[in-house]
Amino acid sequence: MVPVTSCDMALATRTDRRPSMARTVWDSTVGKKTVMAVSGLVMLLYLVAHMIGNLKIYFGVEEFNHYAHWLRTIGEPFMHYEWTLWLIRVVLVVAVVAHAVSAYQLSRRDIKARPSKYVHKKARSSYATRTMRWGGIILGLFIVWHILDLTTGTVHSGGFETGKPYQNVVDTFSTWYGNVIYIVAMLALGLHIRHGFWSAAQTLGAGSRTRDRALKTTANVLALLLTIGFVAVPVGVMTGVVS
Amino acid sequence: MKLTLRVWRQKNADADGAMSTYQVDGISSDMSFLEMLDTLNEELILKGEDPVAFDHDCREGICGACSLVINGDAHGPERTTTCQLHMRSFQDGDTIDIEPWRASAFPVVKDLVVDRSAFDRIIQAGGYITAPTGAAPEAHATPVPKPDADLAFEHAECIGCGACVAACPNGAAMLFTSAKVNHLNVLPQGAPERETRVLDMVGQMDAEGFGGCTLTGECATACPKGIPLVSITSMNKEWLRATRKVAKK
Repeated sequence: MVPVTSCDMALATRTDRRPSMARTVWDSTVGKKTVMAVSGLVMLLYLVAHMIGNLKIYFGVEEFNHYAHWLRTIGEPFMHYEWTLWLIRVVLVVAVVAHAVSAYQLSRRDIKARPSKYVHKKARSSYATRTMRWGGIILGLFIVWHILDLTTGTVHSGGFETGKPYQNVVDTFSTWYGNVIYIVAMLALGLHIRHGFWSAAQTLGAGSRTRDRALKTTANVLALLLTIGFVAVPVGVMTGVVS
Repeated sequence: MKLTLRVWRQKNADADGAMSTYQVDGISSDMSFLEMLDTLNEELILKGEDPVAFDHDCREGICGACSLVINGDAHGPERTTTCQLHMRSFQDGDTIDIEPWRASAFPVVKDLVVDRSAFDRIIQAGGYITAPTGAAPEAHATPVPKPDADLAFEHAECIGCGACVAACPNGAAMLFTSAKVNHLNVLPQGAPERETRVLDMVGQMDAEGFGGCTLTGECATACPKGIPLVSITSMNKEWLRATRKVAKK
């Protein structure tokens, strides 16, 4: 008879081998939602900073252009020129890609899970909830246009000049389509944040019965503030306050 | 009451289904919705036609067998099970649409009957406690704080009817799974398997082809037992906690 060693026992009783944490998260619908929640919150934080920065346009050419230049010199002398900015860009690209890939995979799965519709149709859930997918696609396309317009200048309407963001912004919002694209995207953003912020809290387990009202209010306030804050720039150009 | 019914008829799982229109007369407003369907079936049988197949069992709102989408609502316009829905919720002359639960994880077996065994497999994945069976244990052997007991009971009310899946635009089973996970995870009896339970049940839920949660809240609105939407939040929290804990082992 082969004696049972403690080593064999350990092997035989160890039945709880599980895939790695990253694997578990990525393979699960709950995990992918966590990825969406975290990446969404990263982008939200960035948007708050971005909006505050944008509003500096109301303080004139010099302050705005100086602010834009400062963005490239953050962290100097420890960081080289534009290093911090590129670091932020990398984090944002990772967040956007993680958010979009998760959303795409989850949406594919959701559509597959409910292939046949009900014959009797009902108006369901809030507008913000129903427009998360299309709103997300609109925002994705907007980001591409926004970068080509005001970062690289590829599709800019006037003569794009690096280092003169004030004039570039005024040029963009002097065209009707620049205003339309921007304002539609910012309305989509508000709706997206309204459902997205609250949802992220639920996905991360931060919601509760007592906290629900506070979370919903925070989501609405954030959505409203960001939309108004961003739309204030094209409105400023259109009304001639910024020129 | 005289009613026009538009009912989903489907011969078997592979056949194509369609809505068929029937007229029923002499319906009392005190009848339950299922009794109204019984009346229709009696007439169909007398005419030599195939009666409408639908699931039902206890007819007192506690078994979770009945499962109809009535005018687009799981279990119909009242917040209860179809068997506890009465015809007084409808008007004379109404047209009522009756459809089966719709989700790829709940395939139609016949007419209004769907296969909900995916739920059984989610339970088998961890919706139990591993304990020696035998005589009932002494009730005071394991003290349970009253708030925990109440919370567990609120989740234990889930009868597994699947209305949450039927109402969800993504065909997700998050509300069901969260009710079952939370029911046991808040109790001391459920503590030894707290992590594996939530990981395995969510894993099985995904494997069955249910969709993901987009927090539309349709499930909690449809639930005849009032399982709250925050139940899903609690399960997400448990799942994240378990993912971290198991990774450390």
